[in-house]
Amino acid sequence: MEDTSRRTTLKALGATLGAAAFARAMAPLAAWPEDLSIDELLQRHYKELSRDDMVRVLRRLEQETLDQYGAVVTIDDVRPIPEVQFGYALNLSVCVGCRKCAEACHVENNHDRATNQSYIRVLEIKNGSVDLAMGTVDYDHAVPKKGRSYMPVQCHQCDNAPCVSVCPIEATWKEPDGIVVVDYNWCIGCRYCEAACPYHARRFNWHKPEIPAEEINPDQAYLSNRVRPQGVMEKCTFCLHRTRKGRLPACLEACPTGARVFGNMLDPNSEIRWVLENKRTFVLKEDLGTRPRFFYFFDK
Amino acid sequence: MNHARSYPAFLRDAVGVATDGGWPFYTWMTLLTALALVGVNAWAQQVVGGMGLTAMSDHVSWGLYIANFTFTVGLAAGAVMMVIPAYIYKDKAMHDVVIVGELLAVAAILMALLFVNVDLGRPDRAWHLMPGLGRFHWPVSMLTWDVVVLGGYLLINLHICGYLLYTRFLGRRPEKRWYLPFVMLSIAWAVSIHTVTAFLFSGLGGRPFWNTAILAPRFIVSAFVSGPAFIVLALQVIRRVAKVPIPDAPLHTLLGILRVTVLLNLFFVGSEVFTEFYSGGSHTASASYLFLGLHGHNALVPWIWTALAFHSVAAVILLSARAKEQLWLADIACALTFVGVWIEKGMGLIIPGFVPSTLHELVEYMPNELEWRVVVGIWAAGLIVFTLGIKIAVEIFAGRMRHQLPEVEPDEPQHAGGA
Repeated sequence: MEDTSRRTTLKALGATLGAAAFARAMAPLAAWPEDLSIDELLQRHYKELSRDDMVRVLRRLEQETLDQYGAVVTIDDVRPIPEVQFGYALNLSVCVGCRKCAEACHVENNHDRATNQSYIRVLEIKNGSVDLAMGTVDYDHAVPKKGRSYMPVQCHQCDNAPCVSVCPIEATWKEPDGIVVVDYNWCIGCRYCEAACPYHARRFNWHKPEIPAEEINPDQAYLSNRVRPQGVMEKCTFCLHRTRKGRLPACLEACPTGARVFGNMLDPNSEIRWVLENKRTFVLKEDLGTRPRFFYFFDK
Repeated sequence: MNHARSYPAFLRDAVGVATDGGWPFYTWMTLLTALALVGVNAWAQQVVGGMGLTAMSDHVSWGLYIANFTFTVGLAAGAVMMVIPAYIYKDKAMHDVVIVGELLAVAAILMALLFVNVDLGRPDRAWHLMPGLGRFHWPVSMLTWDVVVLGGYLLINLHICGYLLYTRFLGRRPEKRWYLPFVMLSIAWAVSIHTVTAFLFSGLGGRPFWNTAILAPRFIVSAFVSGPAFIVLALQVIRRVAKVPIPDAPLHTLLGILRVTVLLNLFFVGSEVFTEFYSGGSHTASASYLFLGLHGHNALVPWIWTALAFHSVAAVILLSARAKEQLWLADIACALTFVGVWIEKGMGLIIPGFVPSTLHELVEYMPNELEWRVVVGIWAAGLIVFTLGIKIAVEIFAGRMRHQLPEVEPDEPQHAGGA
């Protein structure tokens, strides 16, 4: 009997120690709720939010940006325009590899400053090939370099997008105007889409993005350039907060050589339509059947 | 029989058995608990600090966690190599110990689920994956299939283990209709879990290294290596430490299976290697990186050759006549193949899929200390579940944990049996 009670006491002691050790191990989580509200935790999917819900969410996100980054911003839910199908084309003959597009993307889309993040990667490839294996992205010299050509790559907004198919929770989908978007407040961060994308177009928020308040672009949309939370995927949205309001993508405006052509493919008078009808265009990795909306073409 | 009374008694006694043992048991459990807590702590840091605390990047966006996920799914599926001889071929000796395989399935699936969950950037939103609660992208996303098959496999095996142990606890013979259909289902289901997991990878057209029809067969075969290898080692430990009189017969059956699957696994790897290297082109880049190194990047080369060496040595040992008589030799072969599959269907499968990247950038990956701590923690948690499951099963099968027995049996102290 005495042995049993000693055993029970020891067990109780062990359980207490175990519980204390568990609490100690979990202690770092105490810092978590700073960035986590109940409203955010219970927020429904973008497509399930009513107009009123959306307004509340947008105001909350604006407040969070003010609290966490000290920046006053406006976040809109910019919807697609009917009868518009966006397309993008890039003239490889005139691209000089200056990466102004990547830089403009960095600024426009409120990317993390420390990692110099951008949705655009520019490949420098030896002339005589369009083999990506022959390319490099970390070139560091004056451009254009003789004997080299340049190929910027960003999201191709595929019509048959592998990233959309693989997402287990519909956190990413194709909008009616052809843009593939992510609900940053629904994504669980499994990164299956990043594995599925053949174009290295997706980015993950490995850390909470850091941007000085004065550098934050205050003109934001829910599905595009608002400051992303930690632990979710993001990607190029053809600057939908601009393009759905009739403006051009930031990367296009920044391009000094006019290599970039963007517009509504359904508009017979658009420049994009002219390029698609008159130039020899190609898409990257056509054999994969992804049907991109991002086309490359040559002048000659 | 009043289950409302006897089932709580079953659970209560199970908790009693699970927290009672000799010093070796306490030492083992304390060690495992400590390691699991180290993992919990590392994960908690990762949740707050971000996945950037790991060595993963936008180039190699899955790492050690998904590698271990893939391997543990295989381990769970491999447990079926006890179930088939026991129930399909009516192997009596195997039937007596088949609970070990079923408990392994439960422990391995729990580990697999933990490995996916620690890989999530937003674990607070994991409920988005729950059918009905979130938005379940079924049947398009293979990941939703994995949720279904892994969850289903866990439930099936929990039911089988729970039912068999509970009826034995009551001192009754299990009724076939309450478990046999589930056992048969679990056999087909075991194949499905590793097939679906292979499809997660092989369905991606943008990743040529994974985009191969032989991936699912390769997964299944290596599961039938790692599963039996682990069970052989587990049975050896159980009969020594817990003094359970397990005959050699089930071990020989499992080794007979291993003798074939180890060779088949090598054959499949060889087929893959031939196709990759003979045809050449940029398609071969990942395989080159894995086996030979690419443009001075060769972090995985020692890993994969270690795996192949372990597989080959194990195959030779298993084929030798001596291993049939001297089981310690077979134990070595099992340990070697287990580690071999862990590398080959872990790091050796996941990482090369990302190297080079889809834009052919060469960015390497090696797990950092935080990832190792999380992984060790999950393995410790899995071993805790497995140890406790085995301990409860041993006590029940030995008749020491039984319903409505006298409180104390003088000549049979309750804490006999060690681990």
